[in-house]
Amino acid sequence: MLKHGIKFETGKTIVSDQQAKDTESLKKVISKSSPITDGEEPIEIKIEDLNFYYGNSQALKGISMEIPKHRITAFIGPSGCGKSTLLRCKNRMNDLVDGARMEGLIEIGGQDINSLDLDVNQLRKKVGMVFQKVNPFPKTIFENVAYGPRIHGNNNKAELEGIVEDSLKNVALWDEVKDRLNDSALALSGGQHQRLCISRALAVQPDVILMDEPCSALDPIATAKIEELMVNLKKKYTIVIVTHNMQQAARVGDYTAFLFLGELVEFGPTPKIFQNPEKEKTEDYITGRFG
Amino acid sequence: MKKFWSKGDFFIWLTGATLSISLLMVAALLFVVVKNGLGFFWPGEVASIQLKDGRSFFGEVIEQEEIPVSTEVKEGTPLRSRIKVKQGNRDIYGIDFLWVDNDQIVSKSYPEDIVVMERLEWGDFFGTFKEFRGKEGTAPVKGHSAALQALEKHLPEIKKIAGKIRSIEKGEIGVINHHMEKSRLRLKKINLDPSPDPASIAEVKKELDALTAEYKVQETALVQLRNQLYGSVLAVTGDGKEKNIPLLQIVHFYQPNTFGFFDKWGFFFMKFAEFLWEDPRESNTEGGIFPAIFGTVMMVIIMSLFATPLGVLAAFYLREYAKQGTFVSIVRIAVNNLAGVPSIVFGVFGVGFFIYFIGGTIDRIFYPEALPTPTYGTGGILWASLTLALLTVPVVIVATEEGLAAVPRSIREASLALGATKFETIWRVVLPAVMPSILTGLILAMARAAGEVAPLMITGVVKLAPSLPVDSFFPFFHLERKFMHLGFHIYDVGFQSPNVDAARPMVYTTTLFLILIVLFLNFAAIALRNRIRKKLSVSAL
Repeated sequence: MLKHGIKFETGKTIVSDQQAKDTESLKKVISKSSPITDGEEPIEIKIEDLNFYYGNSQALKGISMEIPKHRITAFIGPSGCGKSTLLRCKNRMNDLVDGARMEGLIEIGGQDINSLDLDVNQLRKKVGMVFQKVNPFPKTIFENVAYGPRIHGNNNKAELEGIVEDSLKNVALWDEVKDRLNDSALALSGGQHQRLCISRALAVQPDVILMDEPCSALDPIATAKIEELMVNLKKKYTIVIVTHNMQQAARVGDYTAFLFLGELVEFGPTPKIFQNPEKEKTEDYITGRFG
Repeated sequence: MKKFWSKGDFFIWLTGATLSISLLMVAALLFVVVKNGLGFFWPGEVASIQLKDGRSFFGEVIEQEEIPVSTEVKEGTPLRSRIKVKQGNRDIYGIDFLWVDNDQIVSKSYPEDIVVMERLEWGDFFGTFKEFRGKEGTAPVKGHSAALQALEKHLPEIKKIAGKIRSIEKGEIGVINHHMEKSRLRLKKINLDPSPDPASIAEVKKELDALTAEYKVQETALVQLRNQLYGSVLAVTGDGKEKNIPLLQIVHFYQPNTFGFFDKWGFFFMKFAEFLWEDPRESNTEGGIFPAIFGTVMMVIIMSLFATPLGVLAAFYLREYAKQGTFVSIVRIAVNNLAGVPSIVFGVFGVGFFIYFIGGTIDRIFYPEALPTPTYGTGGILWASLTLALLTVPVVIVATEEGLAAVPRSIREASLALGATKFETIWRVVLPAVMPSILTGLILAMARAAGEVAPLMITGVVKLAPSLPVDSFFPFFHLERKFMHLGFHIYDVGFQSPNVDAARPMVYTTTLFLILIVLFLNFAAIALRNRIRKKLSVSAL
């Protein structure tokens, strides 16, 4: 059943990025994750008929979905299917790409993010992001976390110290770094880097956190810590995560969306997607027949 | 054989050898400069030389060489050698240096009596003392050692008086002259007005009168001080010629043949300090090079103040804001090529644009009273620095651009994703990260600017500047003033000097100082860069 002596149940020791070939094990994981009541959930992000183009090539085709509040939603799909693009539409990071064009509606917390009177910097404050490549600033640990609040006009030292402490505690990094807040952040390890990046995103008090394959460069233990963290954070934040690792989606995702070639194939509660998907393509991908 | 080629051992040898040759060349350069340069300060022993033809003289042996023989001379003729001797006493012999064939020398000895006197004029005097003539009415002190002791006793007093005279000339009278010139210009300015105000004319005239009266007072003080000067020594050269030298003329004197090891080193450092801190004398062949050092450093600093912000901002626009395309590529290529334009071209531009156009305009608008004497419309340290800034701006741009390209996209995105604007991202994240590259550019720029001579020669460097560009008169920095520069000083001393032999060691010494200053400026910048690097440890990314 469990091929590599890995215990999924505890959620502590975990497969790395090995593609799950064993559907059984996936189903096992699902049964442990928190059951979602099938009632109406409050919606945080609403996407309607979203089309996205890089120059002439269309990256996203007519995507509509509703992402519930205070839940973890995982985007899965093969490389190049547009899951990162869809993620980056939500805080308009795609604005930075030359020739990128978006059509359709995205509402976050009831606000159309493309409306003209919305300040994109305020949007990004509300919608934080964690990247695949860990990217701490070449500054001290303290300054890394305090960067966001400072940008948004908070220069009160005592307040900043409070924010930094809370943010670092939220990612369980405080005990590891509290004695060297003024050391360079670059001296931390890979897993610590990623937690620092998450705490940096938390410091500006966002509503939504977008995570673009946050664990793909991390070892299993660091991955486990981040996943544990995500589950804790969803009490206060809506989390959207892009992942290549289907076990990860199964473990942490309350909802899962499967994208293929720019289209949203299937979106629903994670147990349903993994245990009895409606579409044949989803089934094929999950069981490892392609991807 | 094939294995030898494919293994690449020859390539290791080739690269290693090439590096060694380069290092050897640099080492040889430094060796030549340091040896010749530092030898300048070393007190050489002075020989008493007797020639076959009956002549005799005192002199310091500078070098020895074989006499070049023409090829027609039969083989077997023994090679002859000759020595170059510094005999000093230019006022008596007319020349400082002469060549003497070794086979003409009857005897060569090093008597301890020989005294070397550095004088304000005519260079060194080599000889012995006959008598010391003190204040009027006192009997002369006869005999070499007695005269030497008397001189040792009286010279400090004369130096004190001479120091007072100099401080009045440079200090009090300098201030009066400065104010007089200002008042004179103010008077001229008032008169430029079509209907001058008689009241203010009278006021300025009154000021001028007061200053003239003050000047008279200082002048009498000077005359009094000069009357206090006394004494002279009657010295004898190696061939018995006598010369009376006033004490005022003597800078210092010493008996090199009595020097022990520590005396020599003491003398060495004394001369070294003098060279570093004194003004030049005798058309730059004696004294120190302080004004040239000061001018070089100040010019490099002013240049950096202009070139760095200009280059950094331009690079930021090119890399961060400009839409990358053909046009930007062309601009980039043009900027890179600008770094290779011959420096004299920049000099000519500096004369035409900065001096004649900008400087001339400033003069017409702000200093009409001084015309036709130009204030800014002539070469000066500001224009020279600006010309060099133009010359070095491409270096700063290229270095900064390379630094910007190396700042990872991921940390820019991190900043933007936190809600920072592009400007905030550049200001708070990119600029600190790119700081080491900016300093690298600055180091290269400073090294280039400190060594340039050609553009300076036409934009404000002079052989001898009457005053430093910084003094105690408001506004303290006088950027319109002409200045001295080590690079030009080398050229001037080496090739424009009336006394080539005396100037030659100074060329090396000045070169040594130029190298030291470039090194010092670079080390300062490198230390700063390392500190920033350590703080950022960007390399870890």
